[in-house]
Amino acid sequence: MKLKKGIPLIDQHDKNGFWGGKFGGSFIPETLKKPIEDLTKEFQKLRKDKKFLRKKDFYFKNYVGSPTSFVKLENLSNYLNGAQIWAKVVSEANGGAHKIYNATVHALICKAMGKKYIIGDTGAGYAGKMLSMAAKKFGLKCKIFMGAKDIKRQRPNCDAIRKNGAEIIPVYSGSQTLVDAVSECMRYWVSNCDNTHMCVGSTVGPNIFVKICGFSTTQISRELKTQLKEKFKKVPKKLKLINCVGGGSSAYGFWSEFIDYNKKHIELIGVEAGGPKKSLLHAAPLSRNAKIGILHGAASYVCQNNEGQIHETESISAGLDYPGVSPIHCFLKDTKRARYTYATDEEALNAYRLVTKFEKLNPSLEPSHAFAEAIKIAPRLSKDTIIIVNSCGDAKKDRDILRDRLGKN
Amino acid sequence: MKNSLINQSFNNARKENRPALLTYTVAGDNTKKKSLEILKSLSDYADICELGFPHNTPIADGGQIQTSAYRAIKNGIKINDVFSIVSKFKKLKKNKPIILMGYYNMVYQYNENKFISKCKKAKVDGLIIVDLPYPENKIFAAKCKKNNINFIQLISPTTSKLRLKKIINDSHDMIYYISMLSTTGGLLKVSANEIIKQYQKIKKHNKSKNVVIGFGITEKTIKSLKKADGLVVGSAICKEITRSIKKRQNAVTNVINLVKKLKNKIK
Ligand SMILES: Cc1ncc(COP(=O)(O)O)c(C=O)c1O
Repeated sequence: MKLKKGIPLIDQHDKNGFWGGKFGGSFIPETLKKPIEDLTKEFQKLRKDKKFLRKKDFYFKNYVGSPTSFVKLENLSNYLNGAQIWAKVVSEANGGAHKIYNATVHALICKAMGKKYIIGDTGAGYAGKMLSMAAKKFGLKCKIFMGAKDIKRQRPNCDAIRKNGAEIIPVYSGSQTLVDAVSECMRYWVSNCDNTHMCVGSTVGPNIFVKICGFSTTQISRELKTQLKEKFKKVPKKLKLINCVGGGSSAYGFWSEFIDYNKKHIELIGVEAGGPKKSLLHAAPLSRNAKIGILHGAASYVCQNNEGQIHETESISAGLDYPGVSPIHCFLKDTKRARYTYATDEEALNAYRLVTKFEKLNPSLEPSHAFAEAIKIAPRLSKDTIIIVNSCGDAKKDRDILRDRLGKN
Repeated sequence: MKNSLINQSFNNARKENRPALLTYTVAGDNTKKKSLEILKSLSDYADICELGFPHNTPIADGGQIQTSAYRAIKNGIKINDVFSIVSKFKKLKKNKPIILMGYYNMVYQYNENKFISKCKKAKVDGLIIVDLPYPENKIFAAKCKKNNINFIQLISPTTSKLRLKKIINDSHDMIYYISMLSTTGGLLKVSANEIIKQYQKIKKHNKSKNVVIGFGITEKTIKSLKKADGLVVGSAICKEITRSIKKRQNAVTNVINLVKKLKNKIK
């Protein structure tokens, strides 16, 4: 299994849609074969269409608001007294998280395909909020599938979804979280694929959805590459890019332009959700050595039992609370290009507390997992080491949880 | 697979001038013992019995089958139990075909080859893997055939003409036509005429294949589709089991009564 240079990772799959010969693919019911084939053709066409690309860039600049800023966290760096900590503040993007890139691209594809209805899954509520925004902007009718547990714990985003005129379909099956929302969204698509476009909220699902999402979030690392050259004149010698990993869309977007670099030069670190400290449940298939399985139409490392039943997961962060992960991260793990670890709920909360104490930054619980790793490793590292954390979401949505656990706000 | 039990069952039904009745129940719903009992008694009326492997993330199943599956898993059903239910059943009814139906992850975790050899040992007649479509299923389907197990291909209203041809060419004794764009358990939202028209397109390609229609078939709709080689009823039976449990009634008798009624409608 080997990574190729000079080719985007999203395109390094074989003709059956597998990365590294075993991750990804399209394990789908017959009914979805045609719509997925249509979507694949459309995307292939649009990707090469200059007009479409200009349109995408126009909306990324004027609607999403690119570039998001790249800042040094001076106080946190001083406190940790080791590596420098920087942040790419992706939460400045319209709507408050990186999910806006994928949502915007899907809305544009939906329009191009002449469909009037768009559906999507959401965990933290950001993928749903952004899709509802993009739907409103481009005149599409939108339904968002969301686990009942997540509806309760991510209320501010639910309010936003409804305000944008989208309907939230609560999902009561299973653990009532993201995994169930994705399943239910796919079921709805099976029944309505003739007039409805589906957006998968991360780099998961059948092959084509991994590709579209990765194509969209890659904007983050494009901006960062330019910003690095502005700030440091060239890409710094010792660089570590730390990102939380749920499905893996923000991590892929943050890293994609840097994958070809040597890992001793640019280390890529993915942080999964370890769950409550004392719990046996987690949402960390990569770092806690789950076996390969098939979930939501793709093969990836999946939290599951020997029989192939998908495990319930537990995490304070709704956006990371998912038993599977992107096939491209499985590929990055097996080729050893990226290193994956996890942070517990408590470590993420502690990181949130520290970051907000020292900096004017309000990272949601998902990127707080990434900050937890930065805080853990920075003190042992030299001052010329540059750690960049993707602060990919805003904590407004976590208001209730933070008040409950930290007595804040 | 000329002399397969599946083929024979269709021929028997044809002799009686009616479609074959295929039932779907979930293994272990609501217990291992009960599901075997249900299977045994409904097989007096059904021509072919489909038995589902319960999975907890079934992306193509609607509410009723999900409920049955979650219930079975909660009551502890394991893959090996499914095989032992089939073995026990086949000891009593060796001529009744059994088709196992499930999602690919279970086969994958169990190991493809081990899974097939277990099927063979238990005398499973056919397999439906919902999320392993053509052409991804080519190797697995060939393995099944080598072991005298029918791999059953699915065709849906969205299947293109070219694909249809290829799938039929690659199919074994039976083809499953999904009546409409839906998960299992949806209301029949397409007219019977329209469904039969699509069905006949499949038949026209190859008359020797047994084509069954499934999804949305209930007591109310079954009669309108009786031109087909076979008709599959699943969610309606699962729903009856759920209702019986809720009302603390005997699920076995209630299911049998339903299956009898279904059979009468297509006689
Ligand atoms: C702010 C934020 N970060 C991270 C994630 C995790 O998803 P992914 O790994 O695809 O970036 C989510 C998902 O909802 C999110 O809202």
